[in-house]
Amino acid sequence: MAENGGGQLLSLRGINKSFGAVHVLRDVDFDVRAGEVTALVGDNGAGKSTLIKCIAGIHPFDSGDIIFEGSSVHVHGPKDANALGIEIVYQDLALCDNLDVVHNMFLGREVRSGVTLNETTMEKRAGETLKSLSVRTLRSLRQNVSSLSGGQRQTVAIARAVLWNSKLVILDEPTAALGVAQTEQVLNLVRRLAENGLGVVLITHNMADVFQVADSIACLYLGQMAAQVRAKEVTHGQVVELITAGRSGNLGLQPQVAAEAGVA
Amino acid sequence: MSTTQDPSQVSQFDLERTPGEGGLGEAAAAYWERIKGGDLGSLPAILGVIVLVIVFGALEPETFLTEQNFANLLNQGAAIMVLAMGLVFVLLLGEIDLSAGFTAGMGAAILGVTLTNHGWAWPLSIVAALATGVVIGLMIALLVARLGIPSFVVSLAFFLGLQGAMLLIIGEGGTIPIRNDAVLSVMNKNMPVALGWLLAIIVIAGFALAIWRSAQTRRKAGLQAPATSVWAAKVVALAVVVLVVVFLLNAERQRENAPIVIQGVPWVVPLVVALVVGLSFILSRTAFGRHVYAVGGNAEAARRAGINVPNIKTACFIFGSTLAIVAGILLASRDNSVSPTTGGAQTLLYAVGAAVIGGTSLFGGRGRIYDAVTGGLVVAIIANGLPLITQKSGVQFIINGLVLLLAASVDAVSRRRAAATGH
Repeated sequence: MAENGGGQLLSLRGINKSFGAVHVLRDVDFDVRAGEVTALVGDNGAGKSTLIKCIAGIHPFDSGDIIFEGSSVHVHGPKDANALGIEIVYQDLALCDNLDVVHNMFLGREVRSGVTLNETTMEKRAGETLKSLSVRTLRSLRQNVSSLSGGQRQTVAIARAVLWNSKLVILDEPTAALGVAQTEQVLNLVRRLAENGLGVVLITHNMADVFQVADSIACLYLGQMAAQVRAKEVTHGQVVELITAGRSGNLGLQPQVAAEAGVA
Repeated sequence: MSTTQDPSQVSQFDLERTPGEGGLGEAAAAYWERIKGGDLGSLPAILGVIVLVIVFGALEPETFLTEQNFANLLNQGAAIMVLAMGLVFVLLLGEIDLSAGFTAGMGAAILGVTLTNHGWAWPLSIVAALATGVVIGLMIALLVARLGIPSFVVSLAFFLGLQGAMLLIIGEGGTIPIRNDAVLSVMNKNMPVALGWLLAIIVIAGFALAIWRSAQTRRKAGLQAPATSVWAAKVVALAVVVLVVVFLLNAERQRENAPIVIQGVPWVVPLVVALVVGLSFILSRTAFGRHVYAVGGNAEAARRAGINVPNIKTACFIFGSTLAIVAGILLASRDNSVSPTTGGAQTLLYAVGAAVIGGTSLFGGRGRIYDAVTGGLVVAIIANGLPLITQKSGVQFIINGLVLLLAASVDAVSRRRAAATGH
């Protein structure tokens, strides 16, 4: 399942996670390489959100190893994940509508000089980050986030994730609520993150998005990793089969395992 | 509005643009844009003050439009304003503190009992009262933020409980007189005329310097800053208001050849100014203040950003209760006494009304400390002017209720408008 070794940023090995009696993740292996977009796909309830919340430190794993940049690490909370350079952009964006773009990008990690906020430094850094992502769609860094469109909000959320010299950015359905033009903008941005050398995990239900930007595709099926494959080596139909049945031809879970998972 | 824009239309790269850099015209246009978008700010309160002064002035020119009454009005409004400042902290979270009125009463009661019955030194009494406020705020916060009981219910329980505690401390039907000069002088004495002018100059110069420096810092950092004309307009506007107020208060306000001269700025005014400056600094210039707005705007986002939401809530409730105690001390000073009804009746609703009329949202996330002052002024003018027009307290109650309802409607409508236009 692990692909050719170079540039491996994050590897999960044998991850298990239960909520009470519900075994949500079973022996999941997952790899992300720097400079690539890794799509994480799966049907509703397959465990995608749980997996990324575990990576982000919101839920602890029950068992398994996280290898980040070649060494085994422990993530006990969101701050640990942030310290490693892991940033997560949630589906519901987690932006504060009543604060402006700069304040949102620095929320919880404000730059201070003495007791006061250092607004100029924050505004400059926010502007530089947006420029580095070639974002041209914001009129002012001082407008409230409530006045932004869905695509612009997504842009701010993603820019916030890159602001901190992050190495791994996880995007949870970034295009789910967007129109065609805005989806295009966000996907371009996702591609640019990978070109800047970051590891990107993209969770999505949209196969068109997957094949447009992903280098690698990981399919979760009922809490198990059915397969992680190169995007170029599979077809649209195979990925859909992996999502819905856990297997496709000689890819994916063994028939017996897939059937058992279906029963469980 | 931007939600309907085609991405190709907004693609001009204009990141450093800040409203107001292009001079007065652009600043005015940006302000008008904000108002249209539902962000009314202090506008309703300022319009309210103007309309009410015209109405009461026309109906009762002999009694309402006098220097004496103006000074009275500030004295009546001061406690409401301070109470409202505390409520701004709580309202910013999207919570409410219904017990703030009786927290004020409790502060007055502790002050009265320790000063008059036990003969404590006045600074000690004030510290004891303030400490009580901290404890009350902490208890409310523990129940709201840690246990998750709605603040409406917790503070309603405290509303009853504190009322009972006040009765026990003061004694049924009893009244404790306040005789301490230091405490009484806050509401009953005025600053020397020269000191009043000095205070005015310090306030104006301080404001001018502060916004000048912030503009300079931005320019040095290569960011766009408001034009000098905008700066000058703001400073002149503040200077006119401050100088007129001080001029009116420094005028001799005793009528008809009275034996003593009464003039000067009441001592409570610098106290309120200091609170506005200090608390505004905390809310708008510190990380803590930013986190308060974040929690009020989207508590889940704040939590995910690593902000300790229960701690922020706790601090806000403590600010609320402690400022309520300060308001209670002002009430005691004004009444020269403390009774079980101090801080009761409409005190709380006046304060909530003041904050909301000033522009603080009941839905959380939007509000400023000086809202409490502008809104408090509206409430004080109504409370002061209505009895001059009608003696019927029934009518007064109904009008007060309507004003509170009107303010809440403006809040709700501007919020809907903001959601619709994306401001």
